Amino acid sequence: MRIRLNGKETALATGSTVVDALALLGAPDSGVAVAVDGDVVPRGQWQTELREDAVVEVLTAVQGG
Amino acid sequence: MSDDQLVIAGREFGSRLIMGTGGAGNLSVLERALVASGTELTTVAMRRMDAEGGTGVLDLLRRLAIQPLPNTAGCRTAAEAVLTARLAREALGTDWVKLEVVADDDTLLPDPHELLDAAETLVVEGFSVLPYTNDDPVLARRLQDAGCVAVMPLGSPIGTGLGIRNPHNIELIVSRATVPVILDAGIGTASDAALAMELGCEAVLLATAVTRAQHPELMAAAMRAAVEGGRLARRAGRIPQRFWAHASSPPREH
Repeated sequence: MRIRLNGKETALATGSTVVDALALLGAPDSGVAVAVDGDVVPRGQWQTELREDAVVEVLTAVQGG
Repeated sequence: MSDDQLVIAGREFGSRLIMGTGGAGNLSVLERALVASGTELTTVAMRRMDAEGGTGVLDLLRRLAIQPLPNTAGCRTAAEAVLTARLAREALGTDWVKLEVVADDDTLLPDPHELLDAAETLVVEGFSVLPYTNDDPVLARRLQDAGCVAVMPLGSPIGTGLGIRNPHNIELIVSRATVPVILDAGIGTASDAALAMELGCEAVLLATAVTRAQHPELMAAAMRAAVEGGRLARRAGRIPQRFWAHASSPPREH
């Protein structure tokens, strides 16, 4: 299936979860947060399966402000 | 001074200088500047994770025992800012947020309508909201009434180094504040930071003035001293300004 991961069209195996998407980005265990289709997905729900065409945003803290 | 703590939302800070992390050439320059500044609270931005990983700024703040203050920089609407704040809370485990909702890239001035809208939403959701606001006493009061834990008026636009362009407005904001007023944005050099404190601000937030100075570590030390000096002067109570000279020595026989 395909999702939009941080603005890029990305192919993932059917049944993939938020955790799988995070692995693609090489995201660390802490200091990141995920929104799917505009809603925050709390860490406890990262095993939730993604649907086709999901818009997934993964954010972390960077220098700024 | 240990008997003069800054208190925001019930949390005490010994330093009245809040730093930003933007603009530093690399993390080791940033580290030296943060240490020299004596700051205990420092902003970070929230951005998309990329394959190269983060910038390590969170690890740095953790190592220095500095509380990270996530901001919503880059947001143009209340909806964007609210989502960014929620993500920051999830990522960093803090419900403190520096709320920024700007109108355009040329001025980076806050959009008052979107800012107040976002502040009201986030307060209801339990955030401790520190809004970056215009130097508008009416808007500052509205933000305070909405339940923000501080108000952070600009001295001049972000990154300009133009100092405090309307000191009277800052005094007006201070005079009616029931939450700490933090001068945020526009600081160029140490005297600007001292003036902010002399006007009655409880703290100063700055980044560019230090991180883009020729010698960031030295400027950080200057800002620390300026904030402390300005605070002491405010507490000491300055003399009134007069038009004519007033001799400080006894009159001499002529």
